[in-house]
Amino acid sequence: MESALLYDRLQFAFTATFHYLFPQLTMGLALLLLYLRSRALWSGDKQYLQVALFWTKIFAVSFAFGVVTGIPLEFQFGTNWARFSNFAGGVIGQTLAMEGLFAFFLESTFLGVLLFGEKRFGLRVQWWASLMLFLGSWLSGYFILATNAWMQHPVAYTVADDGHLSLNSLSGLLTNPWLFWQYAHTMTAAVVTSSCVMAAIGTFYVLSGNHLAHARTFIQTGVVAGAIACILMIFPTGHGNVKQVFEHQPLKGAAFEGLFQTERGAGIVLIGQPNTETMTIDNPLVVPTALSVLIYYDLWAKVKGLDAFPKQDWPENLPLLYYAYHIMAGLGTVLAAVMTLALVWLWRGRLFTSKPVLWLLMLCAPFPYIATTAGWMTTELGRQPWLVYGLLRTSEGTSPLVHSGNALFTLLGFLGLYLLLGLVFIILVMEIVRQGPGPVPVTDDPTQTTGPTLY
Amino acid sequence: METFWYAIVTMMLAMYIVLDGFDFGVGILYPFIAKTEIERRTVLASIGPVWKGNEVWLVVSGGLLFFAFPKAYAAGFSGFYLALTMVLWLLIVRGLALGLRSHLNHPLWRQFWDIAFSCASLLLAIVFGAALGNLIRGVPLNPKGYFFVALWTDFTPGPDPGTLDWFTLLMGLAGAAILTLHGANYLAMKTEGDLNARAAASAKRSGWLALGLTGIAMFAIPFVQPALRLNYTAHPTGYLFTAIGLLALSGTMVFRRRQRDVAAFATSSLFILATLGAVAWGCYPNILIATTHPENSLTVFNASAGMYGLSIGLWWFLCGFALAMTYQIYVHRAFCGKVRLGPDSSPID
Repeated sequence: MESALLYDRLQFAFTATFHYLFPQLTMGLALLLLYLRSRALWSGDKQYLQVALFWTKIFAVSFAFGVVTGIPLEFQFGTNWARFSNFAGGVIGQTLAMEGLFAFFLESTFLGVLLFGEKRFGLRVQWWASLMLFLGSWLSGYFILATNAWMQHPVAYTVADDGHLSLNSLSGLLTNPWLFWQYAHTMTAAVVTSSCVMAAIGTFYVLSGNHLAHARTFIQTGVVAGAIACILMIFPTGHGNVKQVFEHQPLKGAAFEGLFQTERGAGIVLIGQPNTETMTIDNPLVVPTALSVLIYYDLWAKVKGLDAFPKQDWPENLPLLYYAYHIMAGLGTVLAAVMTLALVWLWRGRLFTSKPVLWLLMLCAPFPYIATTAGWMTTELGRQPWLVYGLLRTSEGTSPLVHSGNALFTLLGFLGLYLLLGLVFIILVMEIVRQGPGPVPVTDDPTQTTGPTLY
Repeated sequence: METFWYAIVTMMLAMYIVLDGFDFGVGILYPFIAKTEIERRTVLASIGPVWKGNEVWLVVSGGLLFFAFPKAYAAGFSGFYLALTMVLWLLIVRGLALGLRSHLNHPLWRQFWDIAFSCASLLLAIVFGAALGNLIRGVPLNPKGYFFVALWTDFTPGPDPGTLDWFTLLMGLAGAAILTLHGANYLAMKTEGDLNARAAASAKRSGWLALGLTGIAMFAIPFVQPALRLNYTAHPTGYLFTAIGLLALSGTMVFRRRQRDVAAFATSSLFILATLGAVAWGCYPNILIATTHPENSLTVFNASAGMYGLSIGLWWFLCGFALAMTYQIYVHRAFCGKVRLGPDSSPID
């Protein structure tokens, strides 16, 4: 069974990580699309409408991939984590079912309106559809993060006679104090991803001399929204998250900061390799006392290190957790710097002629994806060895009768299928980018597609 | 309260089968009905705007099952581990095929995705029928409430059954025939001319097949799982479902003959709803029937979530469902009518 646990974990980690590449773009884009549609509606500017239509196509592809990779996650709670589902289903079944009912119907219905209804509905109805799409995708994020927040910080439950949990307050579950900062941080990060992608595709067009008018709108929207979101991502949302980790999960905090020993005036390690043999950081580059100041606003505050906790409760993979956190924080800082720079250049009217800054913006496009993935790894690896923090260990959550041969079979299948999915996604997006925004040449022969089709 | 949620989950699942069922049926018929590229695109366009929305019903049904009966969800999903994972892969491949085939204008590329789309649709239709067969036959639940069935063992519904045995295969084939009929009705409703005529002819043929296979399966059920007949003898009101089902199926055949496309589709939908209702009536209060020992069966009472959760869930379910239905009907009305391909058929295409 030992190896079945490993395959179960790898499969969930892989499928969830892969899945989240898509919603982080669509959730952010939903907000930007609403903005573009509002401009189109109120100014009557055709260009904003064309830009919105272009990004609706990208949204649709990313959304479809998000849906097909999302269904396996819901199924896996049952297939691979049956004892966890049995244990916690009385609580988290609420948020998962609500997500489907309130968010998925909303999203899929109104995306259909935006994609297939351009001729059938007026601009005003399309604006409403865009608002509903935004509401649906942000609600979806809310319910799923409420589920995750509960696993990080269980609230609103009672233990029944058979040892399983049942809910005792729905409002308690939906207003889990953990959820506030987590939701704010995650959604801000989604806006960062979509802004970076929008700006990057704009810079691609400007640098290659195509679709210049539309590309400027891409860049302006992306840079302004991206700069605001990058700042909000670091402060207050990122800061709020770290503070709440140190308050409720001090062990996780010590592990991702690489703080092996309890210290007064603890520093922040910028770079260095954790050495789990000697319990030190090799080649450290440290900002002294910074951690104490950030968490407790006090130069000499005591911060608990790993040594303050029993070893069986430590996260299993300390180095990976440490690196995940540092990659997230590092890339977040780089992104904030680049976006601020671009904003200043935009402000001074120099951005569209400054090739180095445009190149920089374009090359930054993968960073939010990496940073977000690393952020989720920090949250989830740091929760180990618990599945539900303090209540259920990960090793006690698996399906009792699914043996390692079956788990490996499906893991390999997902690896192969998702490799294909990833390639296909890139091809589809490249096709939309190649075709570009603006009016599409119409052909009379319906067998000749000029653009990407949705069926 | 538990019974109420049993009814809701059954209804949601039945709605899913009715809705996604017709696009499986369309997929099964696709290579036989659509002869030219324009016809193929017309067939695909008939389900284009709706199939993703239809799959949302599966996700919502899964979520509601998890919410209301976590223990049954955990047991069922882990017990049918391989079968369910393969269902996921098939759904993904089918979605890929629908999304990709028109992207590249090369005959081999389109042929490949056409075949993938059709095969995945057929397999899914069989699997959903077989899944229903598994629920009727029962599974080897242990006293802790878990089980694991292989894909197949010796193809008999004995004490150590596989997901596939002669009975569940029979149910699978019946399912495929019913969904083919349903898909043909949908296609006839959405198309004109040659396509409409071919779809109507397929509906007649698959209708007879569905009638025959469903009849054999109904005859076989008491031998495989006597519990259902006991339930019906104790609560004969359930025969109402069977009666409605039979009436709806004969109605479909009659409307088909009279070329009443919309009525034929409505009656085949009703037939599916009634059939699933009849099965749910027969299985109640069991969600998963144990072949090992009746005490191991997971019922709506021993597998449900806490009472507070179920009660508060009722409020948000009713509100959310009413809301979702309102805007869905509003949007669907805008998309109804026959499919005509043309330069202005859709902005993306």
